[in-house]
Amino acid sequence: MLHATEMLGASAYDVQGNFVGRVRELFIEPAEQASRVARYLLGRGKFQPLVAKYDQVASVAPGTMRLNVSEKALEEYHSNEAWLAVQKDLLDQQIIDTEGRKVVRVNDLDLTEHRVNGSVELRVSLADVGLTGAVGRLLQGVAPPSLIRRIQEKLPTHMIRWEFVNLIEPDPLRRIKLRVSHQKLAHLHPADLADILEALSSEERQSIIDSLDEESAAETLAELDVRLRRQIVEKLDPEKAADIIEEMQPDQAADLLATLPADTSKEVLAEMPQHEASDVRKLMKFDENTAGGMMNTQFVLVGEAATREEVIEWIRHIEHDPEQLDAVFLNDTDAKFAGVVPMGRLLLASAGETMASIRSEPVLSLPPDASEKDVFELFDKYNLRVLAVIDENGSIIGTITVDDVVTRLAAKV
Amino acid sequence: MDLKTIIPRTEIWLKRAGRVNRNTRRLWRRLALFLAVVGPGFITSNVDNDAGGISTYSVVGAKYGYALLWSLIPMTIALYVTEEMCARLGVVTGKGLSDLIREEFGFRPTFFVMVTGFLVDLGNVVAEFVGVAAAMEIFHVNKLIAVPIAAIAVWILVLRGTYRQVEKIFLVACLFYVAYIVSAVLARPDWLLAAKSVVVPHMQFNAPYLLMLTALVGTTIAPWQFFYLQAGFVEKRVGPRQYPQARADVLVGSVSCMIIVFFIIVCTAATLYISGHRNIADAKDAALALVPLAGRWAGLLFAFGLLNASLFAASILPLSTAHVICEGLGFEGGVDYKFREAPIFYWLYTILIAVGAGVVLIPGESYIKILVFSQVANGIWLPIVLIFIVLLANRRDLMGEYANTKSFSAIAWATSVAMIVLTIVLVVAALFPSKFGGVPGL
Repeated sequence: MLHATEMLGASAYDVQGNFVGRVRELFIEPAEQASRVARYLLGRGKFQPLVAKYDQVASVAPGTMRLNVSEKALEEYHSNEAWLAVQKDLLDQQIIDTEGRKVVRVNDLDLTEHRVNGSVELRVSLADVGLTGAVGRLLQGVAPPSLIRRIQEKLPTHMIRWEFVNLIEPDPLRRIKLRVSHQKLAHLHPADLADILEALSSEERQSIIDSLDEESAAETLAELDVRLRRQIVEKLDPEKAADIIEEMQPDQAADLLATLPADTSKEVLAEMPQHEASDVRKLMKFDENTAGGMMNTQFVLVGEAATREEVIEWIRHIEHDPEQLDAVFLNDTDAKFAGVVPMGRLLLASAGETMASIRSEPVLSLPPDASEKDVFELFDKYNLRVLAVIDENGSIIGTITVDDVVTRLAAKV
Repeated sequence: MDLKTIIPRTEIWLKRAGRVNRNTRRLWRRLALFLAVVGPGFITSNVDNDAGGISTYSVVGAKYGYALLWSLIPMTIALYVTEEMCARLGVVTGKGLSDLIREEFGFRPTFFVMVTGFLVDLGNVVAEFVGVAAAMEIFHVNKLIAVPIAAIAVWILVLRGTYRQVEKIFLVACLFYVAYIVSAVLARPDWLLAAKSVVVPHMQFNAPYLLMLTALVGTTIAPWQFFYLQAGFVEKRVGPRQYPQARADVLVGSVSCMIIVFFIIVCTAATLYISGHRNIADAKDAALALVPLAGRWAGLLFAFGLLNASLFAASILPLSTAHVICEGLGFEGGVDYKFREAPIFYWLYTILIAVGAGVVLIPGESYIKILVFSQVANGIWLPIVLIFIVLLANRRDLMGEYANTKSFSAIAWATSVAMIVLTIVLVVAALFPSKFGGVPGL
């Protein structure tokens, strides 16, 4: 095992044992192989720098590198955007640790040696983000490598396996050339991803949101603080923004659009499908601090006379987000709100029981202009999970769930 | 069946949930954000008028009356030029100053900047606790009681306080800077002469005068404020589009900082200088001497202002220093981490407060040595940080259209060189007090 910093500055000798130059940079070509050091930049003072390929290396040790060819066989250096430079692009830069789910800074890289057909390949195995790398960097060139290693052995290590390293490259063209994908990020919990985004600069954030699929982007945006959310959406083009916002719950979408400048939110709404856009527009009319401003317009509504079996069958066939399904809401025959059946009760009821017989008592609801405080008090008093919002005719127009309440309360803590 | 088999890795999730709890946001971030709301520029300048500063300003007023007031305008400009670059760096790159230095100049320069920065800030923290001790002595509280209580209070406030409490306390602390304006009014200065002295330069070419001038500049421009200011803008998520507001904020901050300096100098000039009490050593002497001259209230207010400024800076400085160092070097840092998770952060924080307060308690005046040492470290630190700032702000690949223009770059270099020269003079004076009569206000 070698450290990248032990290779940088190493003296390179050709097959005859002549000094060629010093290793100034290590390049990985992610398009070909994700972890292999594919090329070594050899600086030769005032002469044109040369490049040694991975199959031209006979052996490596801290501070020295021997080639299996003569100097003449080496190519001249021309910079290449598709090469990932260890010193310039990795050391001291931020990366995302997709397993530890946070942003960290690279102090050093651990390289392992692989013998392939008589040459030695170096492959990046770990990113050192802890004290060992820091001490190594500090003492590099000041103390002999063996001493540095002895000190490092006594220190606690903090390493990230290379497979779990996600690079942050704001330039989209370079990202394609380097094969940087944010696939791994899409698998993180949106709240974790939001934390990661908060630790990055705005350009980097934008690049990650850009590359996520709409659903992940929507979930992540919903977790970000308002200021960041607004900043990100403002910078997206309206079409992409509309695609993302479509994926959000209508209440979240309305909250988000309400924070944008009027022109931007108009543009975004125009790009959204008619039906979703009108839902969101309706929600945006309500004052943010009222029940109307808190409510969501996506909920499952069934007749109070329906049986458990019918309801379950119905739920299976409609489009909804099962994560958000806390309860079903009831209508009577006049299309007026008639109560709530929590999922738990529905689950345990027998097949033929009607919704009216298992609904929660008392039947509670609020008008859309009720204040935020009324909502909190009702949730607190009756230990609610969900609450219906009804219009002047008594018809249900939206629902408030406990997570909406928690979000509002948390903002006040 | 137990929970673990139903939901694999439950315990990991539970453990992490504690840390990733997004509602208990990192105090530092929220503090920086708070500074942001009021305006990072404004707060940074207020923190900048700390115990060391107030001592120097009082001595300036007592010794030279209004004669050094003219330097406030060039100082405001220097403050603005340098702080504006930091604000711009933060706004355009969205990164803190220590992050930028690390990414663009590498590990070792960053390490060096962080270590010297730590020493400088340690000295500053000592100065804050000296300020606490001095102010409390005027209120007849022994420093052996006052300083430990202050240190523990600061500790508890930052580590145990909720963000809301801290915010309120800091807001009030900001308002208390008004104490100096009131003291100055109570001192009945000659406002016309004071105003005239601000605009008409008055130069004396003798060593004590020049040294005083140098000390005045040196204490006003502290490198840690650059890190702090930039962090404020980054946490506020100010983007390039809001850059004009950011610039305005820096301008307001620089000017308001100088307004407080103006009133402190005027206050001691109108009383101590006029009545011949010209050889005071620090802010405590100033406050004591004010009592017979301008009335008990002026003196007490002056002392109260000193206490407020010292405590304010003592709360912010150790926290921000520990954060900047951890961020720059890539260690975990933040008060929502447990000690085990972020040992370096907690050690830095602890050392800063414990040593800072502890040194003041040692009998005799041994803290003077630390202050001298800190002044020297500052003299090394400030040039490096300033050069890094100008180099970064000049870079087109980093800053794009927001990079320094040729003419601004020239102004920035001139300002930086001037400040560097002044700082080096101070270092020499601090190292060889016998030859130069020591550094005023130290």
